[in-house]
Amino acid sequence: MPEILDLARNQVLERGVGLDEEGVLAVLRLPDEHISGALQLAHEVRMRWCGPEVEVEGIVSLKTGGCPEDCHFCSQSGLFTSPVRSVWLDIPSLVEAAKQTAATGATEFCIVAAVRGPDERLMKQMREGVAAIKAAVDIQVAASLGMLSQSQVDELVEMGVHRYNHNLETCRSYFANVVTTHTWEERWDTLRMVRDSGMEVCCGGILGLGESIEQRAEFAAQLAALDPHEVPLNFLNPRPGTPLGDRPVVDGKDALRAIAAFRLAMPRTILRYAGGREITLGDLGTRDGLLGGINAVIVGNYLTTLGRPAEEDLALLDDLKMPVKALSATL
Amino acid sequence: MSTWCERCGGSLAEGDHAACEAARRFEPPRFCPECRRRMKVQVLPAGWSASCVGHGSRRSPA
Repeated sequence: MPEILDLARNQVLERGVGLDEEGVLAVLRLPDEHISGALQLAHEVRMRWCGPEVEVEGIVSLKTGGCPEDCHFCSQSGLFTSPVRSVWLDIPSLVEAAKQTAATGATEFCIVAAVRGPDERLMKQMREGVAAIKAAVDIQVAASLGMLSQSQVDELVEMGVHRYNHNLETCRSYFANVVTTHTWEERWDTLRMVRDSGMEVCCGGILGLGESIEQRAEFAAQLAALDPHEVPLNFLNPRPGTPLGDRPVVDGKDALRAIAAFRLAMPRTILRYAGGREITLGDLGTRDGLLGGINAVIVGNYLTTLGRPAEEDLALLDDLKMPVKALSATL
Repeated sequence: MSTWCERCGGSLAEGDHAACEAARRFEPPRFCPECRRRMKVQVLPAGWSASCVGHGSRRSPA
């Protein structure tokens, strides 16, 4: 067994102390024949420190497209020639989406908007939308609305939003290659305010943006330092019309190495399969990840692209004998 | 009858759209197949809707 996996068994599995950047890099560099060993260890770590339950979430776009930012992977930027047009979701449709999500057994429903940060119109839509969902659906509400002011953080807490997503997307040293309209540090500022407010912090990113393996390890270490409640792990799904539209998808083996490595860096976090897994890993790889450290999934569709039918993921969890986390366990 | 590719907006009579067709498994339509206009598309957890100003709205199959 490679030395790094021996070290991880003693340090991460037995003591719950995540790997540092150097250790993560060693996992990301493991030869193919040791990937299954890394995944097996990551799975043991997840079972030991998180348990067998899987947190299921649905997401929906409240405001799609027309974003003033230039995140190079995103089809919703108004600065690129993406075919995605701007559209707002009305409140009845938002509530219906929450009902669809709850019907899958999901405990989390995340409302997302493609904005730099919310304006008053969006905050009003959130106030009305969250209230309508809470009146009609038994589900936890999360939000992802870009960069926040302190007063907006406070207002989201008052609405009853329990978790806030704001991805760092990539490591600090690579961020300026991906986004030029705001900085990594601005995102960090929002995360700090969210953390201080008592809301749960959800922060992850996208692999395959052109970052090096070393920068992938840097990113895992920076996320571990933030210690978020949840880390959504996306794999680039190259979108037509965006600056990264011609990039190759992440190699499936590299994706599995990353899943194991991120779990070994953050033994206690909720590590969620997010966008891109369908094209990067396919059905078999999805299974491998769930047996390699992943303990949460986004079911159904994403914001502008489609996912596997929720029934397929739920059947897979059933087949793997992984119970879906109940709402009572999240309160 | 469709004239335009729903994914790339190109003419179905020109070029190979097999890759577009394959990609559509995980993507909603973006261009109206009748007039090539970009459609307003809303993706929901269990489906999608797309509307063209000239040719009306469609929803994902149930």
